[in-house]
Amino acid sequence: MVEPVKVLTKRYELADGHTLQGFLDSGGFAGLRKALDMAPTDIIQIVKDAGLRGRGGAGFPTGVKWGFVTQDLGKPIYLVVNADEGEPGTFKDRELMERDPFLLLEGMVISGRALNCHRSFIFLRGEYLWPGVKLEEAIDEAYASGWLGKDIQGSGFDFDVTLHYGAGAYICGEETALLDALEGRRGQPRLRPPFPAVAGLYASPTVVNNVETIATVPCILERDIEWFRSMGTEKSPGPKLFSVSGEVVRPGNYEWPMGTPARTILEESCGGMLPGRDLKFWTPGGSSTPLLAAEHAEVAMDFESIAAAGSLLGTAAMMMFSNKTSVVAAVLNWMRFYEHESCGKCTPCREGTFWLSQILQRILDGRGRREDLQVLDEVCDNIFGRSFCALADGAVSPVKSSLQYFRDEYEYLIDHGRQPEGLEAHAGVVASNAGSDRPPSVAGGVA
Amino acid sequence: MFSPELKEKAQELVDRYPVGRSALLPLLHLVQHQDGYITDDGITECAQLLKLTKAEVNAVATFYSMYKRAPLGRHLVSVCTNFACQVRGAGEVYQRLHEHLGVAHNETTSDSAVTLEHAECLGNCDGAPIVSVDYFNYECLSPDAAVDLVDRVIAGDVPPPTRGYPSGGIRDMQYRLAGLGPVDAAQPGAIPDQATAADAAPPVQDSGPGAPGAVDAAEPADTKPAEFADADGGGAERRGPEGMTPASGEGSSERDPESPGAARTQDQEPGDG
Repeated sequence: MVEPVKVLTKRYELADGHTLQGFLDSGGFAGLRKALDMAPTDIIQIVKDAGLRGRGGAGFPTGVKWGFVTQDLGKPIYLVVNADEGEPGTFKDRELMERDPFLLLEGMVISGRALNCHRSFIFLRGEYLWPGVKLEEAIDEAYASGWLGKDIQGSGFDFDVTLHYGAGAYICGEETALLDALEGRRGQPRLRPPFPAVAGLYASPTVVNNVETIATVPCILERDIEWFRSMGTEKSPGPKLFSVSGEVVRPGNYEWPMGTPARTILEESCGGMLPGRDLKFWTPGGSSTPLLAAEHAEVAMDFESIAAAGSLLGTAAMMMFSNKTSVVAAVLNWMRFYEHESCGKCTPCREGTFWLSQILQRILDGRGRREDLQVLDEVCDNIFGRSFCALADGAVSPVKSSLQYFRDEYEYLIDHGRQPEGLEAHAGVVASNAGSDRPPSVAGGVA
Repeated sequence: MFSPELKEKAQELVDRYPVGRSALLPLLHLVQHQDGYITDDGITECAQLLKLTKAEVNAVATFYSMYKRAPLGRHLVSVCTNFACQVRGAGEVYQRLHEHLGVAHNETTSDSAVTLEHAECLGNCDGAPIVSVDYFNYECLSPDAAVDLVDRVIAGDVPPPTRGYPSGGIRDMQYRLAGLGPVDAAQPGAIPDQATAADAAPPVQDSGPGAPGAVDAAEPADTKPAEFADADGGGAERRGPEGMTPASGEGSSERDPESPGAARTQDQEPGDG
């Protein structure tokens, strides 16, 4: 029987876990202390051997990514933390930065050490002002106490962190768009190669990693590879944060080993679906990952198992929706989002998301035609794989998957000009975090 | 135009980065702090500071949704309308605020108290529906509670958010978003001891033809030379500690034919986009 774990969330219930004192009192910086005595290549090897895979969506092995960095170009190497968390349904990095900002900073210094990097940036989405405040406080305390800056803890290693607020653009979560934004440009994806590991920020070798990925690094260093691999599966080891939302009793961030069945998380952590509602469709990793149906609830939440079920683990943002919710309304909502957030660089994505929205709106308004389903399908095929970045592929995911599993709902709408009986616009109850053991998130050291 | 104090802050932002242009997003936040929105004056000033054309600055300013082209009210009220919030009633929350305030998306009340917008996804789906005031979130709001909230905001009695502190106004927060910390020392969070350009190793010291790695780095060296040439200011000595070999096996592996393909898989998702 799989149990929830407390690795990244170990300070979530501490009232002072976000302060330097609280962090040190709970064993903080143990991983970094070890890393400062290690050769950079050894740190990379540990991360590789642990099998840590990127938590931002694609699951690329972190140690391998670090190994791609060209060390001999005579240019500085940059570390950029992708804190532009914008994938609909995802809020794991937000809570992590609010509750344990020092864990992220510790991970950054270790990663910097491993990469021979002395300058780093946290690219934080502008709307995340509160996590930003927590990070500002933590960065300030870390500099004042010698955990950032020159000669960290007498090790001779220098490392600087600059917090950089974005300005509201989903596309900046794509790593090359993020780099353009950080260089003061429109956040539009770059053509690869060259990859950021060779020519990223300011055309210098750059590693871009997700917040959760970097925050997992100290946990590996602190313990060992065997412990890390005792959680999860052979190919997807370690703990994982799952953001669960939608029509569940207790939405929230929950930490489980990789490979935990979706239903276990839903039942054990979230108390199941709201009373009187049954699971109908859900996203395993945000709205950009193909929808799954109730029949997939037993699927293990790891990269391979979700892929085998026809979707992607993505950010592990599980948005759960019930039999009383319209899947077509959901898909239109997300398509409006992609239409707005398409950066406009590639025609298939820029124009295609617009037309998909128009057609979905028409169907939902009761003016759909039977041939619309064929058109939806064709437009999706002309977007998928025909644009620079994955936003386009993600945008068609909900359309394609909903047509696959819920075609009858589209057909009913088209044939009858209205929704089937029994659907409701919303659940009628706001979320409640009354049952949470986690303290309110407060400023400074005041609990 | 920036006041003398803000001018100094603006220069501080430009100096903070290895390449000055990186300060453009922060500078545009600072323009909104001073002027309440992105003004033509502000565009001109950013262009001058960074030696860009006004068109280049405009192109950036129009790309991002947090930069507003019309004057904002004292407070910005954002309702998250993504679907995880919708199933908890966010549509009704937005509709009620729209009717109560008599303004539509991105419009400001006639007394300049509040600008309303719908936004998504604000990344707080565990507290749906979410309303944020000047980017601090209020969780789990019914339509009635949301109306009460904006009434208090308009009355100047901003209640404590679930996450954050009561906002003194959107302009205070735009100062913070510029990376300058709290506008008022009494507010939480201090100004981080940010690294400056003087600390930074130069990005491209020897990226000319024939330099190490010049072949692989040819694209960026070709397409982005001018501004990086500005970014000198120190030796290129910022290399690894003693004993660090350039990761022989892995370090060269990005030139392997399969590596770009392998690395491409990491970009199949918009990440945490």
